[in-house]
Amino acid sequence: MKGANNRWLEQGDDALDRLIAERIDSPVPETPAPRPPRKRRVRTVHIPHALYLALALLLCLGIIGALMQTTARLPSFGNPDNPTNNEVSRRYLEQGLEETGAVNLVAGMILDYRAFDTLGESNVLFVAICAVIILLRLQQGEARPDDTAWEPRHDLILRTVGRLVVPLVLVFGIYVILNGHLSPGGGFSGGAVIGAGLILCRLAEGGERMGKVLSFRTFRALSTGALSFYALSKAYSFFTGANRLPSVITPGVPGRIFSAGLIPYLNIAVGLVVACTMYALFTLFRKGDL
Amino acid sequence: MELVMILMLVFTLACALFVAFTRNLLTAAIVFMGQSLAMSIIWMLLQSPDLAITEAAVGAGVNSLLLFIALRKIHAVDATAEREEAPHEGSK
Repeated sequence: MKGANNRWLEQGDDALDRLIAERIDSPVPETPAPRPPRKRRVRTVHIPHALYLALALLLCLGIIGALMQTTARLPSFGNPDNPTNNEVSRRYLEQGLEETGAVNLVAGMILDYRAFDTLGESNVLFVAICAVIILLRLQQGEARPDDTAWEPRHDLILRTVGRLVVPLVLVFGIYVILNGHLSPGGGFSGGAVIGAGLILCRLAEGGERMGKVLSFRTFRALSTGALSFYALSKAYSFFTGANRLPSVITPGVPGRIFSAGLIPYLNIAVGLVVACTMYALFTLFRKGDL
Repeated sequence: MELVMILMLVFTLACALFVAFTRNLLTAAIVFMGQSLAMSIIWMLLQSPDLAITEAAVGAGVNSLLLFIALRKIHAVDATAEREEAPHEGSK
């Protein structure tokens, strides 16, 4: 509130003069007659402050007690007799490496056994960004909000730190994606790292230069292409797997970078979708265009 | 290792309480970021590095960035320092 009022003061006399001129030039609007005060009083339930505090405290304590009780009754962590230790996880742990070829069994689970779920998650991201584009993207003729006018530009500290940090962040993200089937990480985490790096790059270098590298057209091609690749390749492997047909996709030698069948490529596809979505979400909220 | 775990849990709890009770929205967003970072260390100690990387990137990185933009949009951040730069002439 305070900032909005100060704006006229700080923009100097020009803005103030313009404002005054507008006020003088514009015809004086007819002020509507003041409405007669309402006769009927709105009845509100008046709760004393102390009672309100006591009720709030009681509610909080009740919820805390219920949660504590539930936690106390949960099976203990790591107990072999827990209901979660059933034949599904046993199968994943014992034959996952052999069947999927992924050393990182989490990647083997989410991109091979449960690849369909991951496709759904990527689609959720894609639909979310589609909705944001429909709602927030500005058309060519529409006036731009003056958001970007206040963006830091030619900020020496931000630019220098950005030049140092952005390459490291991007390389780490690419490493996390490419090694998703060998070490912790994968498409989603690596994509989020890359997306954060791109956002930092945009803040440091400014929107115009970043827009040349990653335009709306590039964004569209990358995310739709990655999703289509994911859907088509998994459709192939589901088709051959369900019909017991021979497939060209083999698990390969576990531990190598080109192994684990489709998993590295699916990781790249998921990573592209996630990175593009994060970056586009930020930019659309900020400026209304890529 | 146990000590680090307890420290991080206490830090997470303190951050969460602070976020709930503070009046300054910008402080709340920054403390929320710190809470996310502590949470990612907890994931690491619980031997799930996958989650730790994701929590650090999404929770501490992108999520708080989006919160900052939202604060800027509702003019909750008093950015007088940046206002002095004035709108740039010639830029669209």
